[in-house]
Amino acid sequence: MDLLEYQGKQLFAKHGVAVPSGEVAANVEDAVAAAERIGYPCAIKAQVLIGGRGKAGGIKIAQDAEEARAYADAILGMDIVGPHGEGPFRVDQVWIEGGSDIASEYYASVILDRGEKKLLAMVSAKGGMDIEAVAAEDPEALVRRHIDPTRPFERSAAREIIAAAGLDEDVRDQAAEVLVKLAEVAGSEDATLIEVNPLIVTNDRDVVALDAKVTIDGNALFRHQDLAEIADTAEDPQEAMAKEKGLTYVKLDGDVGILANGAGLCMSTLDVVAQAGGAPANFLDAGGGSKAEAIVDALTVITSDQKVTAILFNIFGGITRCDEIAKGIVTASQQMDLKLPLVVRLDGTNSEEGLKILAEADLPNLNQETTMLDAARRVVELAEGDG
Amino acid sequence: MSIIVDKDTKLVVSGLTGREGSFHGLRNKAYGTYLAAGVTPGKGGQDVEGVPIFDSISEAVEKEGANTSMIFVPARFAAPAIDEAIESGVHTVIAITEGIPVLDMLNTYWKAKEAGVRLIGPNCPGVLSPGKANVGIIPAQFFDPGKIGVVSKSGTLTYQIGNELKQAGEGNSSIVGIGGDPIIGSDFIDILSLYEADPDTDLIVMVGEIGGDAEERAAEFIAAEISKPVVAYIAGFTAPPGKQMGHAGAIISGSSGTAQAKKEALEAKGVRVGESPTETARIAVEALRGF
Repeated sequence: MDLLEYQGKQLFAKHGVAVPSGEVAANVEDAVAAAERIGYPCAIKAQVLIGGRGKAGGIKIAQDAEEARAYADAILGMDIVGPHGEGPFRVDQVWIEGGSDIASEYYASVILDRGEKKLLAMVSAKGGMDIEAVAAEDPEALVRRHIDPTRPFERSAAREIIAAAGLDEDVRDQAAEVLVKLAEVAGSEDATLIEVNPLIVTNDRDVVALDAKVTIDGNALFRHQDLAEIADTAEDPQEAMAKEKGLTYVKLDGDVGILANGAGLCMSTLDVVAQAGGAPANFLDAGGGSKAEAIVDALTVITSDQKVTAILFNIFGGITRCDEIAKGIVTASQQMDLKLPLVVRLDGTNSEEGLKILAEADLPNLNQETTMLDAARRVVELAEGDG
Repeated sequence: MSIIVDKDTKLVVSGLTGREGSFHGLRNKAYGTYLAAGVTPGKGGQDVEGVPIFDSISEAVEKEGANTSMIFVPARFAAPAIDEAIESGVHTVIAITEGIPVLDMLNTYWKAKEAGVRLIGPNCPGVLSPGKANVGIIPAQFFDPGKIGVVSKSGTLTYQIGNELKQAGEGNSSIVGIGGDPIIGSDFIDILSLYEADPDTDLIVMVGEIGGDAEERAAEFIAAEISKPVVAYIAGFTAPPGKQMGHAGAIISGSSGTAQAKKEALEAKGVRVGESPTETARIAVEALRGF
């Protein structure tokens, strides 16, 4: 789970990392009132889960109330597209914080390195810019050190990294302290990524985190009540509905509804539908051991997306039994009075019984295919025919 | 031969008294796996259909000679259970549980490494050596004994490919589900080495998916260390570009973690990559028969 900038900064503040004080606002009036309290100049920053906000016009410095109003008005409701085409992300909140005078801009991060199975600390004196470009063009400017997983991360180790990165001597102790605290945030808040860009030095020689990108491990939310609440409010309504029913659902842009069992098979199904020329409307993993009831829930979630014009069931029964899936399809079609064309491919455990149940039910909108590829082609035809 | 589990496996299941643990543990036993014991703290002295239950894994090792542990403990208690297994004296720990916090696994990974214990998973379907032993939740009916070793991040996708291989008349030396979590005990590279050394494996099928750079690392490793043919499949070409937070991930791996990047990395090292599970199985069968 990714945190918004202000949520990340609140987490930093909790662990003693200096951040500018500020307020969050969801409408123009609240934003102006916050700016008045904070004073000018102040920064008005779009709160979206994507980088490149500045370039997209999502960060502005206001010198007075009139500017604060104009910028808040422009930024709230804006759609921001990420540097690699992600999104768009609608801006629902802005963060207003006091303007900082900046003497230097650094970069600091602590991240889980999956390959090495260690936390990795990275520091650069070249902050405030695209760190990927720094890493590519001047790799030595980005100092990387793995944190020994068998020992606590000591100040001396942090200071070595800071010195190697060539940060100004007078702020090295402060910066080392920040790095130790960022590692502490990772460990105690179950963060798998913490990135501060820029980490600034003010004219008064204070080291302050001017930005915060934090990713929290969703599996660890059970031991972080405050973060779990953020996760609940951040969800898409359809995704929340699916989660409540124990299904994994991700909404996409297309018109072919997809239901498969197992994340890998589900991803593979999306790929095969795309190869057949179709556009998947969702990812839905009904999980292992799905029962009839889960199918009713899954169809409810899939059809709540108005764009869906045809639905593909791709089931390979392992622990999941195909006869249970077939019963679920029949029950759901009758209960929901489903008119959309369905393509069903059942294989694996109890597939013969499952196919028999479907044949006996004789649903007019149901099409059976025996292979994944044929099923994908068929559902794409049907989705187009309907659209 | 086969890898990781076989006729010498003496299995102890943590969580055997639970619903999932007993269902799958007893299925494994019915398949022919030697199920030596179960472990549930506080239930020592009981039995599950004749299989003795102990309070600790060490006891099961001591009294029943267990050498392989399977973990079916709920996520929030699973890492300590894996740690217990690592310290108990078994040589292999297979963790099925999904949803374990990743930083817990980071600590557990290094404990296993230090102890020299082979850890498979977590969040994996386990290991099946057809005709010999099954430890985990892989439905054995889709796999026959044979010459193809399979290593996969995904469960159902593996069953799909295994079934297509079976229909084409081919079988498997072993099927290893390594799990799709960010921190797993054994990676593609570890399992590829085992298959390289296994005289009964003639070809390896590797099933990857988006995220991380394990497939890219495997590509390098295959070029340097693996003499047997490898056929790969990668799932997730149409996964939406994630809400990328920061850029630190890409800096570490030097890869975007996309399916396309993984496919290209593998193909650059001469690994054939199938477009679909069906095509992957077809390529594997052709390569095995020397077409």
